Amino acid sequence: MATANRSKRQDPSSPLDSETLLEMYRQMVLSRTLDERIWMLNRQGKAAIVASSQGHEAGQIGSVYALQRGKDQFYIYYRDLAVMLTLGMTPEEILLGFMAKAGEPLSGARQFPTHGAYLELGIVNQSNVIATHLPQAVGAALAAKMKGEDYIVIVYFGDGATSAGDTHEALNFASLHKLPVIFFCENNKYATSVPQHKQMAVESIASRAEGYAMPGISIDGCDVVAVYEAVSEAAKRARSGMGPTLIEAMVERFLPHTSDDDDSIYRPKGEIEEARKRDPLKALNLSLTSLGILDAETDKQYLDEARSIVNEATDLAEAAPFPDTSDFMEHVYYS
Amino acid sequence: MIRRRCAIAVKNVLEAVHDAMQEEMRRDERVFVLGEDVGRRGGVFLATNGFLDEFGEARVMDTPLAESSIAGVALGAAMHGMRPIAEIQFGDFIWPIFNQIVGEAARVRYGTKGKLSVPMVVRTPHGGGVRGGLYHSQSIEAYFYHTPGLKVVAPATPFDAKGLLKSAIRDDDPVIFLEHKRTYRLVQGEVPDEDYTLPIGKADVKRQGTDVTIVTYGLMVHHCLEAARELEEEGVSCEVVDVRTLRPLDMDTILESVAKTGKALVVHEDNKFGGVGGEIAATISEEGFEFLDGPVTRLAGPEVPAMPYSPLLEDMYMINPAKIAQAIRKLSAY
Repeated sequence: MATANRSKRQDPSSPLDSETLLEMYRQMVLSRTLDERIWMLNRQGKAAIVASSQGHEAGQIGSVYALQRGKDQFYIYYRDLAVMLTLGMTPEEILLGFMAKAGEPLSGARQFPTHGAYLELGIVNQSNVIATHLPQAVGAALAAKMKGEDYIVIVYFGDGATSAGDTHEALNFASLHKLPVIFFCENNKYATSVPQHKQMAVESIASRAEGYAMPGISIDGCDVVAVYEAVSEAAKRARSGMGPTLIEAMVERFLPHTSDDDDSIYRPKGEIEEARKRDPLKALNLSLTSLGILDAETDKQYLDEARSIVNEATDLAEAAPFPDTSDFMEHVYYS
Repeated sequence: MIRRRCAIAVKNVLEAVHDAMQEEMRRDERVFVLGEDVGRRGGVFLATNGFLDEFGEARVMDTPLAESSIAGVALGAAMHGMRPIAEIQFGDFIWPIFNQIVGEAARVRYGTKGKLSVPMVVRTPHGGGVRGGLYHSQSIEAYFYHTPGLKVVAPATPFDAKGLLKSAIRDDDPVIFLEHKRTYRLVQGEVPDEDYTLPIGKADVKRQGTDVTIVTYGLMVHHCLEAARELEEEGVSCEVVDVRTLRPLDMDTILESVAKTGKALVVHEDNKFGGVGGEIAATISEEGFEFLDGPVTRLAGPEVPAMPYSPLLEDMYMINPAKIAQAIRKLSAY
């Protein structure tokens, strides 16, 4: 589609050209629009459960752009809608999952939405259990090293996951063997209802990296360029055999933990309004507008396009049948 | 014409386990071992003795003392084309991996609708009678054999250990491989040097008989055979079925035997309540009720949490040939 301005590198300090920045913005508009739709479907009783990525999108999109799509492995968790979209999953595929319909590509709708595997896109999201995927991601990185393959692994997790023993074991193992893995913590400062200061005595999750002799960096996860730069650097280290990096991306959670949660019980008044001032979508809009990369017309075009894609995906997913039950006993064992 | 004869040597269970892994690592580059002390030390029982020199550090990994990551890293590597053998030093230390195995590994194939496989083996020495006390004697099979998606193997002899471990390593699903540590050096037997495998999920009738069927596995196979020899002198003919694999469980062989004898005694060292014997007994009752001439009977570990250290106390826990013989007498007289 046409973009308002295709001129290269409006901002000489940015590592990304204006075309790429616009693509990222467009992706973010789509992710936000789809996320809002999923909540609507939940409230209509058509999607059983939602965990929202709203407020996390810059961290998710910026990190994917810094890696090699189709080659690197993405061990995601349940709040990573924008990662999945940016890697190439379609809104229809995503909605088939939320509505538990036939054709859902990750698990055949056996699992919660967003869970399972999409091998063509390098997505693995087996478990709902917090932090279990960190040692597994390290194992995936170990396999790359043992097989002499040059993919790297990025593993996404929340701040709550850093309290789990598996996280410690994974960081230690990965650093010990200098494995090609990036630990990407999306710190929204809440583990369901428990704020960070009740989860850990440290202020910075990145500071923990020191205990594993690996670099740790805390970045603004609402700034897509900052995320891109940090993950690019970590990827460079991973690819050159220098081992893992722990990245703490400070993001915001605008909505309750899931659609089954009520955050008014535990979030102080005004906190979410304050968080929304850091909305990554608005931030990127402002930045691109001020750089002259984005104009109002293109912005509207992106939003219209996203709505139309999501509308169409919703119709298709609603019309899809539930999965055939005849194979429900299959794939317990290989044979 | 020179006929090549197959070499057969007498080996113990530990040597059989060692040889199975060594041969598989030579055969397939994707196979590697990881665990505590498996490197220079060669494992605390020496199951990987000499592996570091032969295969190098990359394929013989001494891990941090952190079991969950041993299993979790193995699982991740298995999903990406490797065939890890994770050694958990003692069965009693296996609980930190429960989440990675029962919660994760067992569900990967089902949860991805067959897109991902977990070809990994978790080997661990289990069982008592070795003065191991509460934390080096435990039977752990009941916690794992309950889980669809896992296979659980518990061999009794060197021949079975080698053939079944090779099958486990070649299997495309996660296998828990339980080696009874009392059998490691105690039990010897003929083991061919050649490459052979035994099918997972197939029981083996270790002794033919007509009056009572004894169903068992692991160390207890040997105790049951001893009791059966004793009972033979008393005129009772016992058939001993070594199930070898707890999941899948070969009920066909068990029922075939019970159809012949009409009486079934299930023996295991693990605690009776909720143990493997309950499943075997229930299935005999469901599917073999017509064959029965007496109650399906279980002889198994008592209701204490694990095995005490002091010898007399340990003896109180352990199932032995005398206790088995007594149970057979009672059942055969029914």
